[in-house]
Amino acid sequence: MKKNWFVEILLSSIGKKLLMAITGFSFCLFLTAHLIGNLTLYGGKFFFLSYVTRLHSLGIIINIAEICLLFMAIVHIGMGCLLFYENTKARPIKYAIKVSGGGRTIGSSTMPYTGLFLFLFIIMHLFNFHFVDKGEKTIYKIVTDILSNPFYVAFYIFAMGVVAIHVSHGFWSVFQTLGLNHPKYMPLIKNIGIAFSIIIGIGFGFIPIYISLFA
Amino acid sequence: MIKNINLTLKIWRQDAPDKEGRFETYEANEISTDISFLEMLDIVNEKLIIEGKDIIAFDNDCREGICGMCGAVINGRPHGPQRGTTLCQLHMRHFSDNEVIIIEPFRAAPFKVIKDLVVDRGSLDELIKTYGYISVNTGGAPDGNAIPIPEEIAEKAMDAASCIGCGACVASCPNASAMLFVGAKVSHLSLLPQGKIEAARRVLAMVKKADNIGFGNCTNEKECEVTCPKQVSIENIARLNREFIKACFCSTAK
Repeated sequence: MKKNWFVEILLSSIGKKLLMAITGFSFCLFLTAHLIGNLTLYGGKFFFLSYVTRLHSLGIIINIAEICLLFMAIVHIGMGCLLFYENTKARPIKYAIKVSGGGRTIGSSTMPYTGLFLFLFIIMHLFNFHFVDKGEKTIYKIVTDILSNPFYVAFYIFAMGVVAIHVSHGFWSVFQTLGLNHPKYMPLIKNIGIAFSIIIGIGFGFIPIYISLFA
Repeated sequence: MIKNINLTLKIWRQDAPDKEGRFETYEANEISTDISFLEMLDIVNEKLIIEGKDIIAFDNDCREGICGMCGAVINGRPHGPQRGTTLCQLHMRHFSDNEVIIIEPFRAAPFKVIKDLVVDRGSLDELIKTYGYISVNTGGAPDGNAIPIPEEIAEKAMDAASCIGCGACVASCPNASAMLFVGAKVSHLSLLPQGKIEAARRVLAMVKKADNIGFGNCTNEKECEVTCPKQVSIENIARLNREFIKACFCSTAK
């Protein structure tokens, strides 16, 4: 049976890249919104809770956003696994010695591994803060309780470092994959990518430290 | 100043495509630092002939970096540690006395080892046969000049066309992807007016063929760009992606 042209595009090597790029970039936008929201923690208990209340008052929009995120996560992780499998298969006999010529970065060479780690991290993160009984305790109390545990503080800081490494390759990669490169703008895009990953890493990573020390 | 060095070579030996391969150690003594890497292998082979042993098979032809025939992985680097050169242009002055050099063939599922360091790169020819051409006669040089092409575009097309099809991009890619090769061919032709006509059909056909052959997927590792002896840029992969998106969503080509 002849495959539909659209399905054929999505399953081609460039199609898979495009799916990774579009979903990945959407996660970058999500991270930005998530970070801006989380910064309200610095405003104290009531400021944070008023943000949470307003966010939840969006109602159905939040549910739609959650479903979109879940769908994109399935696509991103699924394609990531498929790419990892196919790319491993494309070189059945490995080199006895393999040295980088300087093209790869820490981010690019660890993408499948940081990706797998982040998948596990997100599951844990959701069980920490999303799938919890919010009837008895406010979300602020849940956050401060969990982050009073030094293990969680260290783990969350480490995970944010991993996010930064993953994004450091992902961000500029989006533009390369979409063919949006330009000799004038590409250096800027690369710098924005590095800056973005640092902002995400430090922005999120400092929250557990602040909460455990001052809240 | 003439300087001689002694080397230990660990070379991949494989008798036939379906046979098991293994590394064998050879001593290369009194090697002049002025000779090329392939000349060094010639000397090792001459010694093997005198000893009545099977010589080390390796591909080579022009020995001046333009034919794309030579290539092996030297200490983990396709075409050796020097940038922008093929293996035949690598000289022994880049190695030190008593150094151990590991020599392997280019490795990728579509590149089957024929013998020792010789690999079958026919899959790259398959890609050219698929659509690495234009379907009209361009005529002689005066006809070519009948369509004015801006110098910048001509230069970009030439940069892409400088690909010699050696396969080092595939060999260096952590995913064994041929996207730099496909990107170079697609860019070279789609930048020029004669190639634009079939650009949409070409890019769809070539990407599909590369996938079917069993090359890996590009994940923007940039290893190809730094390994390419002709320093073909990954800008050509971005252009390939752009041409692919255009062909998929803005053309009637399937």
